[in-house]
Amino acid sequence: MLNYILRRLLMIIPVLIGVSILAFLLIHLIPGNPAVAMLGERATPEQIARLEEELGLNDPLYVQYGRFMARVLQGDFGRSIHTHSPVLWEMSMRFPATIELTVAAMIIAVVIGMGAGIISAVKPYSIFDYSFMGSALIGVSMPIFWLGLMLIYLFGVKLGWLPPSGRLSIGVELETVTNIYVLDAIITGNWVALKDALRHLFMPALALGTIPMAMIARMTRSSMLEVMRQDFVRTARAKGLPEKIVIFKHALQNAFLPVLTVIGLQFGYLLGGAVMTEWIFAWPGIGRWMFLAISSRDFPIVQGGILLIAMVFVFVNLLVDVLYSYVDPRIRYD
Amino acid sequence: MKRFTNKLIIVLVMLFALSVLVAGCGGGAPAEDQGKQEAANEKVLVWGRGGDSPGLDPANVTDGESAKVTINIFDGLVQYKQDSTEIEPALATDWKVSEDGKTWTFYLRQGVKFHDGTDFDAEDVVFNFERWMYKDHEYHIGGTFDYWGYMFGDYPGVVESVTAKDKYTVEFKLKKPMATFLANLAMFPFGIASPEAVKEYGEDFFKHPVGTGPFKFVEWVPDDKIVLEKFEDYWGEKAKVDKLVFRSIPDNSTRLMELQAGTIDIMDGISPDDVATIKNDERFQLILRPSMNVGYVAMNMEKEPFDDPRVRKAVNMAINKKEIIDAFFAGLAKPAKNPLPPSLWGYNDAIEDYPYDPPKAKALLAEAGYPDGFETTLWTMPVPRPYFPQPQKIAEAIQANLAEVGIKAEIITYDWATYLEKVENGEHDMAMLGWTGDNGDPDNFLYVLLDKDNAVKPAGNIAFYKNDELHDILIEAQQEMDQEVRAQLYKQAQEIIHEDAPWVPMSHSTPPIAAKKNVIGYVPHPTGVEKLNTVDIQ
Repeated sequence: MLNYILRRLLMIIPVLIGVSILAFLLIHLIPGNPAVAMLGERATPEQIARLEEELGLNDPLYVQYGRFMARVLQGDFGRSIHTHSPVLWEMSMRFPATIELTVAAMIIAVVIGMGAGIISAVKPYSIFDYSFMGSALIGVSMPIFWLGLMLIYLFGVKLGWLPPSGRLSIGVELETVTNIYVLDAIITGNWVALKDALRHLFMPALALGTIPMAMIARMTRSSMLEVMRQDFVRTARAKGLPEKIVIFKHALQNAFLPVLTVIGLQFGYLLGGAVMTEWIFAWPGIGRWMFLAISSRDFPIVQGGILLIAMVFVFVNLLVDVLYSYVDPRIRYD
Repeated sequence: MKRFTNKLIIVLVMLFALSVLVAGCGGGAPAEDQGKQEAANEKVLVWGRGGDSPGLDPANVTDGESAKVTINIFDGLVQYKQDSTEIEPALATDWKVSEDGKTWTFYLRQGVKFHDGTDFDAEDVVFNFERWMYKDHEYHIGGTFDYWGYMFGDYPGVVESVTAKDKYTVEFKLKKPMATFLANLAMFPFGIASPEAVKEYGEDFFKHPVGTGPFKFVEWVPDDKIVLEKFEDYWGEKAKVDKLVFRSIPDNSTRLMELQAGTIDIMDGISPDDVATIKNDERFQLILRPSMNVGYVAMNMEKEPFDDPRVRKAVNMAINKKEIIDAFFAGLAKPAKNPLPPSLWGYNDAIEDYPYDPPKAKALLAEAGYPDGFETTLWTMPVPRPYFPQPQKIAEAIQANLAEVGIKAEIITYDWATYLEKVENGEHDMAMLGWTGDNGDPDNFLYVLLDKDNAVKPAGNIAFYKNDELHDILIEAQQEMDQEVRAQLYKQAQEIIHEDAPWVPMSHSTPPIAAKKNVIGYVPHPTGVEKLNTVDIQ
């Protein structure tokens, strides 16, 4: 097992080199100059020339890439063109927000998605099945910006139950430790902030969780249906085991593997930042950050950000693969 | 392993239930309480806006979102009056200029304190100017000091030296007379920072700003909020609210819903479509910012057929500005007849705009040798700008207007950075662009956008309009210290521009701001940023 993990970790290196080259080329090949993007109508020829000089944009691409990688290997991801602050610092201010949102969205998606999938599989072609799977179909095809705005309008404005956007109410104090507000509130025992943070988290997490929820529901249903038809389930029932045990212990456990794959993929994907959700709910995560960096041609942020996100994605995938062997002991990595 | 799955499910279910429970606890509370819980007796003004500030060191930022915050933290030597671009004292109480216009002496306000408790004097002014103007200054770091180079020509540019004559007197020696010197100093980038703080934070000063302004910096959560609090020792009118919070809410609809939910007090960046909603809601007031911008269609005079003045005039007569403004600015703009916005001194109101007259436009085109019109391109930006809130739709309306006189214009667009680059390199035939003034001086519009000096690629003068007579007038006005004389020169300049018609001046927009009815004392400034010490919540 350890061997396997080590091997997988080593494989990250070529992946990251590939990602870094791709990210580097993409951002440098799209037209548009960072000086112009930054200064807009105000950019003068001298300023453009000066900025290009300072950023070394006049050198050949491979020289620029070499310089970039040399710095990255020393742990220096550079400074943003736009704000002049270190990329790592900027990322560290935003990534916790993305983690918080992703975890909350996945909790909602897994609980509701698997629940709906299991019920649909146990009572296939019933009214539950049709309504759950119908909703799931709507869920996968719902545009997040529309759903988000509707949620805000209903719960934030009309009913006034939840704050429309943001992470914490103005006036609520919270001492930050990890910058994951829910966690920070628990660590510092600040229950007012915990409640406030959860109330802010609910709507964006629900909006973000819809698509994974629908995918998990459909995957759980089809995987469960297949398992429920197998001999060992019939045997279990014939033994006279209660239905609950048959479903949760025998069937679900065996049906869980493909579901876990979907969960893992979606989790890694969402950690890369959810531009739409973060935009609508004014959530200060890395999706919005990367989006703005791309539009302002902030090369250091785009390059550094993509590299860091790729790293996270690879780690989550590794984690899922390791989890496989826990869920299904027949899977061994040797 | 079975236990693992079960436990996982149980834990997940419990977490979910807990979150729903906690989230639901506040259910039914009145909307006003959501998201804004004020401590007793503490007045908090929350400003909702579209983007975060890239930085809070005024000398190192160029954008409005940064300026909006820094102007509340820093003071310059002089400042604009609350409702115009005329100059009034700030950290300097008085000043004088020598006969030759090359020596400026400023007498400083005494007893002013920085937020870090240090005292303000002439040495601090010298430190700040030297930091901005000398590239080899130890603290010329944390950015590229763009506005200095931009307004004063270079590093050090037009300023030869800055010296402290005594504790409260500073003398500037200039290399040549500069009529816009005072107006430049009133701009937000030239706010005086505490030298102690600049030295302490170095490259990180942009997130630890310390000035002398009415609010002092408290906290910055990137992309979320910036919190300032009242500075009790402010030299001027002390802030009426205890805290000032700038929240970044990128989506226009969400921001409006935050206002409706009562979680923010005032907001900018309103979609034209939402203006009616705000007007019809008795809880809100709609405030119009006086225009200091111009939106225009530039005709590339280096390309046929726009080298012919008759064609340019015909285009001017073909476009129905009033209809476009009613449709796409929600009426919140004035039709433009000059490149200068009417709020600026030197505006020539005697000029009569080309009338909207398609038959006459057709006749002019025929005279120029295009009886059946011609094919051309109309470039438009992909993002809303203050001067063009809905550029795509405006472009389509112009396209339809032009088609009526036989000009077939194809609409071309690129992403914003690419667009600017291509347009500044003259790849367009006709292009939509605009300008928001920096220092409230006519030079900042006419010289920057229409002088032949700036028709060099990449150009600020994207009509590539070159007129020597105009050039001489604009240069003369730059050297003249008497504002009356300068105003006359600029009026003359506007006549020449009108006759040559390098642009179709389209509009001067008055960007709307929405606030709750109980927000009082807010005066929007033409420059787009203002100190909020006079604002109160009833």
